[in-house]
Amino acid sequence: MQEPPAERPFAVMDFSSSPVNRSLTAQDKIEFYRSMVRIRRFEHLALGQYQKNRMGGFLHLYIGQESVAVGAVSLTGDHDHIITAYRDHGHALAVGMSMEECMAELFGKATGCSKGKGGSMHFFAPDKNFWGGHGIVAGQTPLGLGLGYGLKYKGLPGCALCFLGDGAINQGAFHEALNLASLFEIPVVYIIENNGYSMGTSQMRSSAYRDCLAQRGEAYNMAWDLINGEDLYEVRAKTHIAMERARKEHQPSLLEIQTYRYYGHSVADANTDKYRTPEEIERYKTYHDPIRLWKRRLIEEGVMTAEDAKAHEKEATRETAAAIKFAENSPAPTVEAILQDVYCEVDENSEAGNTGRHFFND
Amino acid sequence: MRELLYRHALCEALDEELARDENVVIMGEEVAQYNGAYKVTEGLWDKWGNKRVVDTPISEAGFIGMGVGASMLGIRPVMELMFWSFHSVAFDQLVNNAGCIRYMAGGLINVPIVVRGPANGGTSVGATHSHCPEGLFAAFPGLKVCAPATPADAKGLMKAAIRDNDPVFVMENTKLYGTRGPVPDPAEGEHLVPLGRADIKREGSDITLIAHGRSVLHALEAAGTLASDHSISAEVVDLRSIRPLDQEAIINSVIKTSRAVLVDESKPFNGVSSQIAALIQEHAFDHLDAPVKRVCSIDAPSIYSPHIEDEQLPNARRVVEQVLTIA
Repeated sequence: MQEPPAERPFAVMDFSSSPVNRSLTAQDKIEFYRSMVRIRRFEHLALGQYQKNRMGGFLHLYIGQESVAVGAVSLTGDHDHIITAYRDHGHALAVGMSMEECMAELFGKATGCSKGKGGSMHFFAPDKNFWGGHGIVAGQTPLGLGLGYGLKYKGLPGCALCFLGDGAINQGAFHEALNLASLFEIPVVYIIENNGYSMGTSQMRSSAYRDCLAQRGEAYNMAWDLINGEDLYEVRAKTHIAMERARKEHQPSLLEIQTYRYYGHSVADANTDKYRTPEEIERYKTYHDPIRLWKRRLIEEGVMTAEDAKAHEKEATRETAAAIKFAENSPAPTVEAILQDVYCEVDENSEAGNTGRHFFND
Repeated sequence: MRELLYRHALCEALDEELARDENVVIMGEEVAQYNGAYKVTEGLWDKWGNKRVVDTPISEAGFIGMGVGASMLGIRPVMELMFWSFHSVAFDQLVNNAGCIRYMAGGLINVPIVVRGPANGGTSVGATHSHCPEGLFAAFPGLKVCAPATPADAKGLMKAAIRDNDPVFVMENTKLYGTRGPVPDPAEGEHLVPLGRADIKREGSDITLIAHGRSVLHALEAAGTLASDHSISAEVVDLRSIRPLDQEAIINSVIKTSRAVLVDESKPFNGVSSQIAALIQEHAFDHLDAPVKRVCSIDAPSIYSPHIEDEQLPNARRVVEQVLTIA
């Protein structure tokens, strides 16, 4: 891959010396690279498996947006919680879910993170403070509010990061959530991952706005900011400010992170090349790719060599291949499993779970 | 036994659960400073303050979803819908989030919420405010639904619902809030009514009347008329809980009487009684001496006119008429 020209059309400020970035070690920075590369390899190879009919349903690829999940999640601590929509593979891997459990979930296997019951759009890992993976556009935005509410109620010093796409900002639930977040002073950071398209409809054709989408926060007296998602330093620097406001002042924020997806809305998006030009996609890949730019940055800083980068890419490929093998070799859920995990009381065989009929099959 | 109004029995349940578990929080429109649109939460804000009793804006999708999200972290929100009819603007949160998250997470997440409020017609508020969605929500595995008819059941079911680790939708009734009945004194111990257990409200031998919510009162009134005017002994089974459902109580009673009339304020198409009728034909077919009959709300959007509204709903006269066609 030829290195892109040394021009960065969007980024004008250098955030590498902002407080939250200044303290990063070389190892931290390399880890971000590794994390982004793992997400991209995972999805590239998952796409290949999808095309071989190894999985069902939709596959919403995150490729091009990796810096958003990796940058934001890198700022989280024990009391911070994460929730997102259906384009969730990147967040899942960023919080530390294994490639095996994620790939097995895509394959619909019993070893998947949701035992094969959720699929691509519904990854969960509550032990890692990751609350999904939600299929209905903006349906997760009140839930993210609730995570923040729960933190504040319990007096815990954390915040909720609630990711959504640019298409979600036109749903009523999102506006209700923003109003409540501001009114109740909930420690939640809403992060619009603006990839420019709500499915096949461009931002210009779907949203009414003056300068940017996050500006809508003003209507709810909520602080907002616009972030260039191609720059991991900027994602971290600005998201950190919003997270600190949430944690320390219980003030919510609305962030808009400009990013881009190289593939369609989902793999089933038959018109992916029709609502945008191939030149547009190529331009992003060449000038704005967050992984490419991060690699160049780390090489410039002398913390990583091109050979190191290649080794990480190779390792990510190997890890993904192993995850595919794991998924292939895993058993499908049993038919009996269909009726498990519906009711907690039934699963726990409690008195409540044994009182009355819960299922009506025959 | 002491007597309480239905609304006060509910309030007592909420008060006791607020005292028992610090994670219980009451939220909804006008539940705090206004003391509840129907005064179910009267006095709770004064006693428990802003943290435990929370007024929300008119924003059902927002605050129901917020409660679902908070419940994932172990909070136990008890959320009031001023009318269950307003479910429609929060449907995604109620069904996809409250009802499906546990399943889609492979059992890793619990959603211990309660959503409560009145679900009934008969108050001249027109079609938008008169829905009875107990059958609708009982159709979604993952959700639980109950509909108490008496003050004692209202208190006992509410407490059980709050302690349950699954989402429970409690369907109350504005026409019942002002009714009075015996409720055990807290001094005599906890009063809990488990979900999934029906109650025989009147014993009988000739026909079974199966009902829930306010329809139980119509069934009881009809049973009195049937006994005095027609020498028919009717048994009244109060379902109390729709899902989980006490199938055993239903089938045992039908086996005993060989006849059943289902009284259900739902509309007939896929109402709660549709499911009960299916169960009876499947499990008591050989015991039936007549077809299973139903008295539902007349199958049209709920009419406003106070002059004829009660005729659209089940009432004792309609129940008696239906019983006389098969007994």
